[in-house]
Amino acid sequence: MIILASIIHVVLALSLSPLLIGVINRVKAKFAGRRGRPLLQLYYDLWKLLHKGAVYSTTTTWVFRTGPLVGISAVLVAISLVPLGRVPALAAFDGDIILLAYVLGLMRFMTVLAALDTGSAFEGMGAGREVQFSLLAEPALLLGVGALSISTGDWSLSGIYGSLFSDGLAAVAPTAVMVAASLLIILLAENSRIPVDDPNTHLELTMIHEVMVLDHGGVDLAFIQYAAALKLWVFCALFVGVALPLQMHWPLVDLAFGMAGVFIVAMVIGVIESTMARLRLLRVPQMLVVSAVLAMIAVLWALR
Amino acid sequence: MSPILLSAAVCFLLAGAVLCAMLSRAKAANAIGGIVAVVGAAVAIASAVHALQTGDETLQLPWSVPFGSFHISIDGLSAFFILAISAVCALGGVYGVSYLRHYKGKNLGASWFFFNLLFASMLMVVTAWNAVLFLAAWEVMSLSSFFLVTFEHERQEVRKAGWVYLISAHVGMACLLAMFILLGGQNQVMDFDQLALPPGVSAAAIFLLAVVGFGAKAGICPMHVWLPDAHPAAPSHVSAVMSGVMIKTGIYGILRTLTFLGSPASWPGWWGWTLLVAGAITGVVGILFALAQHDMKRVLAYSSIENVGVICLGLGLWMIGSAGGNTIIAALGLIGALLHVWNHAIFKSLMFLGAGAVVHATGTRNIEQLGGLLKPMKHTGVAFAVGSIAICGLPPFNGFVGEFLIYASAFGGIVGLGGSAPIACLLAIAALALIGGLAAVCFTRLFGIMFLGEPRSEVARHAHEAGVSMRVVLWILAGACVLVGLVGPLVAGVAALAAEDLLPSTGLDIGPSLGLLWRISGASAGLIVFAGAFWLLRRRLHAGRPIEKAGTWDCGYAEPTSRMQYTASSFSWPVIDMFRHVLRPTLTRQLPSGPFPGRAHLTSRTHDIFMRFFYVPLFAMAQRLGQSLRWVQHGRNQVYVLYIAVTLLALLLWKLGTEQ
Amino acid sequence: MSILTDLLMMLLVLTNLRMLASSRVAVCIQNVAIQAVVLGAITFSLSAHAAIAAGVIVVAISTVAVKGLVLPWLLRRAMKGAGIGREIEPFVGYASSVLIGAVLLGLCFVIARPLRDTSHAGASMLIPVAMFTILTGLFIIISRRKALTQVLGYLTMENGVCVFGVSLAVEEPLLVEMGILLDVLVGVFVMGIVIHQINREFDHIDTDRLSVLKD
Repeated sequence: MIILASIIHVVLALSLSPLLIGVINRVKAKFAGRRGRPLLQLYYDLWKLLHKGAVYSTTTTWVFRTGPLVGISAVLVAISLVPLGRVPALAAFDGDIILLAYVLGLMRFMTVLAALDTGSAFEGMGAGREVQFSLLAEPALLLGVGALSISTGDWSLSGIYGSLFSDGLAAVAPTAVMVAASLLIILLAENSRIPVDDPNTHLELTMIHEVMVLDHGGVDLAFIQYAAALKLWVFCALFVGVALPLQMHWPLVDLAFGMAGVFIVAMVIGVIESTMARLRLLRVPQMLVVSAVLAMIAVLWALR
Repeated sequence: MSPILLSAAVCFLLAGAVLCAMLSRAKAANAIGGIVAVVGAAVAIASAVHALQTGDETLQLPWSVPFGSFHISIDGLSAFFILAISAVCALGGVYGVSYLRHYKGKNLGASWFFFNLLFASMLMVVTAWNAVLFLAAWEVMSLSSFFLVTFEHERQEVRKAGWVYLISAHVGMACLLAMFILLGGQNQVMDFDQLALPPGVSAAAIFLLAVVGFGAKAGICPMHVWLPDAHPAAPSHVSAVMSGVMIKTGIYGILRTLTFLGSPASWPGWWGWTLLVAGAITGVVGILFALAQHDMKRVLAYSSIENVGVICLGLGLWMIGSAGGNTIIAALGLIGALLHVWNHAIFKSLMFLGAGAVVHATGTRNIEQLGGLLKPMKHTGVAFAVGSIAICGLPPFNGFVGEFLIYASAFGGIVGLGGSAPIACLLAIAALALIGGLAAVCFTRLFGIMFLGEPRSEVARHAHEAGVSMRVVLWILAGACVLVGLVGPLVAGVAALAAEDLLPSTGLDIGPSLGLLWRISGASAGLIVFAGAFWLLRRRLHAGRPIEKAGTWDCGYAEPTSRMQYTASSFSWPVIDMFRHVLRPTLTRQLPSGPFPGRAHLTSRTHDIFMRFFYVPLFAMAQRLGQSLRWVQHGRNQVYVLYIAVTLLALLLWKLGTEQ
Repeated sequence: MSILTDLLMMLLVLTNLRMLASSRVAVCIQNVAIQAVVLGAITFSLSAHAAIAAGVIVVAISTVAVKGLVLPWLLRRAMKGAGIGREIEPFVGYASSVLIGAVLLGLCFVIARPLRDTSHAGASMLIPVAMFTILTGLFIIISRRKALTQVLGYLTMENGVCVFGVSLAVEEPLLVEMGILLDVLVGVFVMGIVIHQINREFDHIDTDRLSVLKD
């Protein structure tokens, strides 16, 4: 039964993650008073891109062509490791958080190399900023999960999330709130949302993720955009697990609540994007330090 | 059997070394040097494999040195290190044959003499079972590597690097002498199986002397200052051997000393904390300085310091786990550290040999002048890419397996240990995560600026691929990275054999932990399979569609030049700026000024802070003290004879005068 | 009720972090106001299981009124009068301040272990958080340049002392509580006037530039 729920989770993640981007864009459009794009726009875009040819730069080498492939493979491994609320992941094991963090690191590594391969200043700039921000986000993520691990006595993501609220809310509420706040900041940083990066523009001032993939097109760009949607799903699932303190004892009901939670998180991201401006680039490391400190406080609380 | 094989290997290497020395400038010296290294390595590997299968054996021969005896023994730990040393030295030897061919007018025979001497002395160091033999082999190792480092002694920075190396090696040696005297001074013969903590000697003193003395060789902060100067100065195959295996003999020394100090559960908790904190600081400082350097071999040298820090983190977790009574955590930490010793030997030698190929092709070590090397140097580039991904500890290659075990030990410690141990484990996790992030910055920068984009200077435009023998070595090492990533649990099993003596043998079942490693291998295999599947999908989709080539679009810039690319300094400047209180970079600039500005320049340098703020002032103070005593040296021999006469009179008066 | 107390304590810690991380004076004033409200709420939630005495209600309401409404209004007026909106270039950078704050919190947890028995039931975590608030206030006074921000640091310290008092199982007489509150009110009033005068005289309120007065 539980295995069935895990499999359904993976299938839904693979098929519905572009819808998350659509939800975020629709919320932003509503805030701006527009009608906005169709909710299924990313599906139409992926379909169009998969039917195109390709133009490769003469400066690039096999590294440029391998970046998108490694990215999407890495995020597929990540999807099979992440639980959704109380529903365990498909391939859970002790210490899978480490594999999750590092496999996303591999995705980032190859994307940065592909960006540097084009020999252009824009992509180099985005690559430099990307590695700077992620070096602060990774310790925060691992410390946050470490805090949850202390509270639950388990060190597999699915085990932690499965038993986080089983002793009632009171014991872990402060830890969970801190870790949720930290995870929200990491989610915004890793998925290139405002206030860290603007996913709509390619201007110099807002360039981090979007600019690294400036020269990709066609099938490669389809892989990259789909991988970005899946990565957003992974982080939303991580956040929902901590922020949603519901524990039903039927896996399919937990799954349904988890799905609803993921879409609510997408709407929250849309609201944040509409109400905040992008931070000055000097402030982004400070924000990530705050995220790490929140995780540290969660650890201190769990250790008391 | 196996010690006899090992002694045979050592004798063969020594004989081959002498032969090379006699051949001196002949062309044959080069080839013979390499062949000697490979054959010696084969015999040594055979002895190690035999020892792992059949258990400990010893060989004892009489030797008339006081306190000494020619006593060798190969146990699991020694065999583990012999395998690493032999493999890297053999590959370095093969590489060195074609690398050294281009040095005209140099005494290659002497260089191969010292290379094989270094190899032989390292084998002796990890198998010596007597303190005097150990120290003799250690000294020979330091001296032969000194001569190898100063191969290009006509350059001033090479001489300076050799000098710094010699001094730190001997300061470490002094600590080791003190330690062995404390440990075994009362014994007639200082054999390792008789060495134990004598009463009245503090175990803490032995531990600290071991950490400082062996840490000077391994490169633990703040004794690491010789590494960033010595490794770039040496020829590339020597750097690979030094960085890959010679600094690991320091780790071996620490582990062997700990076996004399009783069972792991009896050690005080602060020992584990010391190693853990030292490892965390070494790792973070090492990788921070790595991403601020322009010289590619300095980057790799600092990265070696970082990896030694990671190994010390694993060892610290081992000791904390043992002190807390949890053997699984201890086992994971120790096996992870040992596995990282092997992994680092593989990928660091790969990186140094690849860098050597680049230096050989372009003549420069400055990465700011390179770029676009992946097109002419395809094989070197692929190998270097595999090495970069492995060194950052990313799946699917071997770096991740060792780091995963250390993480697993730390996470297990968080839930399984009590007292203040979880704080140490959390510190280890935070340090490892930060090191991983910084390593990603460093190695995307190194690989990206060197091999990708457009060439930034003429030397990069005219680069050529390395010779066949160099390429074969690079392929072997890159293949090892991939293989160990996929069959991690098997290699971890060998490491577990090596760690047997250091872990309590009762009730230890690391089966489930090895099961976790099989999951990692499965995930790595899955990654490769998915990537392959998507590649096939893309090929299918692209069939029949127009695939064109054009210049980089780059948002519509029409005339990009190679100077518009990001430079290495710009790539890492945000991180350097974030950590400027640790790194203290210095900027010298001449900004454009006036209505028709002339030339302008900006230079940024990051010197080692320990050198700048600790060692240089310390030695300057020592020099000043020495200067103040210069009045004793008059230069007139009458005064010297006067000194002798006065001392003689004083001694006579003291001895005979007080007899009454 | 302990979950409410726990969440309020977390909120207090978060306001301290916000204080350490922000450069805008208006945000810091808002923080002090939020802290006062949290203080009143903690007073209620701790005595929820017992009968709520009238004295407690009066103290809580007057704390919230004075520290949450009157003082911020006074300080905002001082801020507009001095014409400053931001703290420029503190002695310790913002990211470093936040990291130091986390380390201080850890220290407070370690220091407060022996003191756990002397507190209310359910309020044992309040002592380290109170000490953290006091230390944050001290840190802000030490590391910021503008006089107004230093006044805010003093107020944070005051809030910490109040929380500390609430967490101990000692009931102070109503008169003492009121006296302390009046003290704080008058003190901030005087400090506001002094800041206004300094600004009029020197055109700035940077305390490190005022060190030329030491001759």
